[in-house]
Amino acid sequence: MALLEIENLVVEFQTATGPFRAVDGVSMKVHEKEVLAIVGESGSGKSVSMLAAMGLLPWTAKVTADKLTFNGRDLLGMSSAERKKIIGKDISMIFQEPVASLNPCFTVGFQIEEVLRIHLGLDKAGRRKRAIELFEAVGIPDPAERLGHFPHQMSGGQCQRVMIAIAIACNPKLLIADEPTTALDVTIQKQILDLLMRLQAEHGMGLIMITHNMGVVAETADRVVVQYKGRKMEEADVLSLFESPKSNYTRALLAALPDNATGDRLPTISELFVDEPSLQGAAR
Amino acid sequence: MTVVLEARNLVRDYHIPGGLIKKAKTVHALKGVSFTVEQGKTLAIVGESGCGKSTLGRILTLIDPATSGELLIDGNKIDITKGELTSEMRRKVQIVFQNPYGSLNPRQKIGDILTEPLIINTKTPADERRDRAMAMLKKVGLDERHYNRYPHMFSGGQRQRIAIARALMLNPKLLVLDEPVSALDLSVQAQVLNLLADLQDEFQLTYVFISHDLSVVRYIADEVMVMYFGEAVEYGSRDEVFADPKHSYTKTLFAATPRADVASIKARLAKKQAA
Repeated sequence: MALLEIENLVVEFQTATGPFRAVDGVSMKVHEKEVLAIVGESGSGKSVSMLAAMGLLPWTAKVTADKLTFNGRDLLGMSSAERKKIIGKDISMIFQEPVASLNPCFTVGFQIEEVLRIHLGLDKAGRRKRAIELFEAVGIPDPAERLGHFPHQMSGGQCQRVMIAIAIACNPKLLIADEPTTALDVTIQKQILDLLMRLQAEHGMGLIMITHNMGVVAETADRVVVQYKGRKMEEADVLSLFESPKSNYTRALLAALPDNATGDRLPTISELFVDEPSLQGAAR
Repeated sequence: MTVVLEARNLVRDYHIPGGLIKKAKTVHALKGVSFTVEQGKTLAIVGESGCGKSTLGRILTLIDPATSGELLIDGNKIDITKGELTSEMRRKVQIVFQNPYGSLNPRQKIGDILTEPLIINTKTPADERRDRAMAMLKKVGLDERHYNRYPHMFSGGQRQRIAIARALMLNPKLLVLDEPVSALDLSVQAQVLNLLADLQDEFQLTYVFISHDLSVVRYIADEVMVMYFGEAVEYGSRDEVFADPKHSYTKTLFAATPRADVASIKARLAKKQAA
């Protein structure tokens, strides 16, 4: 059975100029122990579809779907109290800006222990022991000392490690990583990706990687969903996506990589990919 | 070929003043960097955050002075601490910043943004300023209609075009590009890189391209300098550096860059199967 099943997801935002459709009929499945990458440019709805699945969108968003289930349980019809028991425990998320997603007013130790207290109900000594274990697992040196530090005392890469530690604190079945390495240097990016892949394999988590970096996709994913303007353009396993992309948009995206440049000019997406009129009408 | 930019042993220290309990500290941001760039060529400066590449960019753009060392632009020695910097010298170097959302004044119209460098540095009359701004808008792929609009009406890629247009208004010889495409989407990135290549051909511009993205550097650079903790650990032509990296940090950097080719995906999947 699929871990997360999304069928025909539509997300609309109420704006001053009428409803704006950010996600338009997206379907996807994530299986246990699978790494799914969602690729797209800004505005393609890749983050919004995941936020919708977790119920984290503001009230201005209208979310409808034929099916939106996690582990067989319907996420849409669930009360928010019930959902809170799942979010952060069985499904957890890592965000793009590691420094901004931690609370600057509290020590990182407090923030990780908060999760352990709410979801697992551990006592004080148990929380501290588990927090140290988690910091060790994500490769933070001198974990007992580090628990007392504030986010501003740590580097961006270390903050992302703390975020990952918080996200895996309750052994989630599904981890959603929203551009986890975009704000980091390449050498740190490599370390964080290696860490995520190791944890995914060790814990047998499902992992959704939201990214716009084709290199990150190539290095991590089993299966890939390509999104454009809120629509799913293509879904394929990673090898066939890079070897023989079916959709014109994917082909244009791959051709625009400077790695694949032949000759002096880079082909741009607007030259290679003409937005189908049917899509334009539907998406606006 | 004429050498446009020459740096000899540039050093920059930042002094952090001490307080009641803290001792004063000196940060060596740049520890003696030397290079030359010829007209019409691109030098890429690569390194991670904190390695001094933006400090170098600020010295080259004459924003900050170097602590010691010599900077020659167009054969003239420049020392901005002595206060003898003429507007003519200023005109020769311009900069494009990383984030086009932060580098354009939201309360200025595009026309005012583009004509401001002319008002400050030249005595061009108003109607000529306007004509030149209009012409520059077309050059960077925008439209005359955009002259009276505000920055918030543009997308990230268009804003970066405006920032490039502003930098080119004074016909500079040297353009310092501080991570100009890292805030942009892949498709927009390709457009901006193409624009930069076209403008370089047309005006014989010299670029100093600061970046941490090796795939972009490999595409655009003629020469590459890799920096690590304020030192240039590797400096050579693009083909030399990419084919045969000598310093261990450069090798680490190359190994860390994700590869998007079919062969490396196959290798990764095979490894995963075996595990």
